[in-house]
Amino acid sequence: MGKKKRKTSEINSSSMADIAFLLLIFFLVTTSMGSTTGLSRRLPPPLPKDQVVPPVDINKRNLFIVKVNSQNQLMVQGELMDIRGLREKAKEFIKNDANQDNLPVKTLVDIPLIGPMEITKDHVISLQNDVDTQYQVYIDVQNELVAAYNELRNELSREKFGKIYDDLDEEQQKAVQTAYPQKISEAEPKNYGGVK
Amino acid sequence: MAQIRKDKDRETPALATSSLPDIIFMFLFFFMAVTTMKEVTFKVRVSPPMATEVTKLENKSLTRYVYVGKPMDQYKKAFGSETRIQLGDAFADVNELEEFIVSERSAMNENDQNLMTVSIKADKDTKMGVINDIKQSLRRAYALKIVYSANKRTAL
Repeated sequence: MGKKKRKTSEINSSSMADIAFLLLIFFLVTTSMGSTTGLSRRLPPPLPKDQVVPPVDINKRNLFIVKVNSQNQLMVQGELMDIRGLREKAKEFIKNDANQDNLPVKTLVDIPLIGPMEITKDHVISLQNDVDTQYQVYIDVQNELVAAYNELRNELSREKFGKIYDDLDEEQQKAVQTAYPQKISEAEPKNYGGVK
Repeated sequence: MAQIRKDKDRETPALATSSLPDIIFMFLFFFMAVTTMKEVTFKVRVSPPMATEVTKLENKSLTRYVYVGKPMDQYKKAFGSETRIQLGDAFADVNELEEFIVSERSAMNENDQNLMTVSIKADKDTKMGVINDIKQSLRRAYALKIVYSANKRTAL
């Protein structure tokens, strides 16, 4: 009798907000906004200790030297240069459109998916810096060089596949990479251009 | 007859708080989605350089961090104000880096060991001398995959 009407009372949910707040604050404290972007590089393997460095046999026209001194000034191929001109200069060097004598040697390579293409296979960009060079400037230079490669790759991708490089599939990306291999050498540190 | 009631004891109803938990949960999920677990507590001040061609780090679990910068104010007394390196939670010397990398790598799964990436998080005013030292010891430790940590910027 009368028992049918009895209900279980509802769970009191007024403390739900407090619990949620607690969790929120916990996550606010223990996490940080992730800024995990950066420039990927590959270092050359270490030199054996007791071995004399063999003189590098690179044709001079294949070499693109960028030097940064302690005053953060840039010297590109022997002349003082502003960082804004570096990208164009690097692109001109890597591409060697007009097949000039002072720019890297071009070789005909048959690349899958793209076909035969003359590429500057053996070019090397050498980046040298002083001990006192500011890190931001070094990154700027790296950035410009990578940008030069990226622009060239994008141009080629658009021409051959009608898409930008990032939208290509893996094999196409590989083909474009073969056409424009990224060759930035991080030289052994040297101390020059400084007064110290 | 219509009559305007002037109830003296009429009160504004209490604010409904039943949706408060939902709102807070929404916040919570937002923060869980956009943030990552802190790797360490910073002991050096790092404001990363800017770059336009940055790429996203792929696998965070295989990345080890090297922090380079000037010590925070509370550590200045003990460690000076010169640029220092922080490995894990502690200040370290350049010589300790090689050992650190080797031990971190041996703690990893064997398949992942070649995929280990070292992220150099350096302050933008750091001198390249320090970075060069780090790079040389990373080379000696065979940690050849590195990332120069940098923030996205739109134009030069």
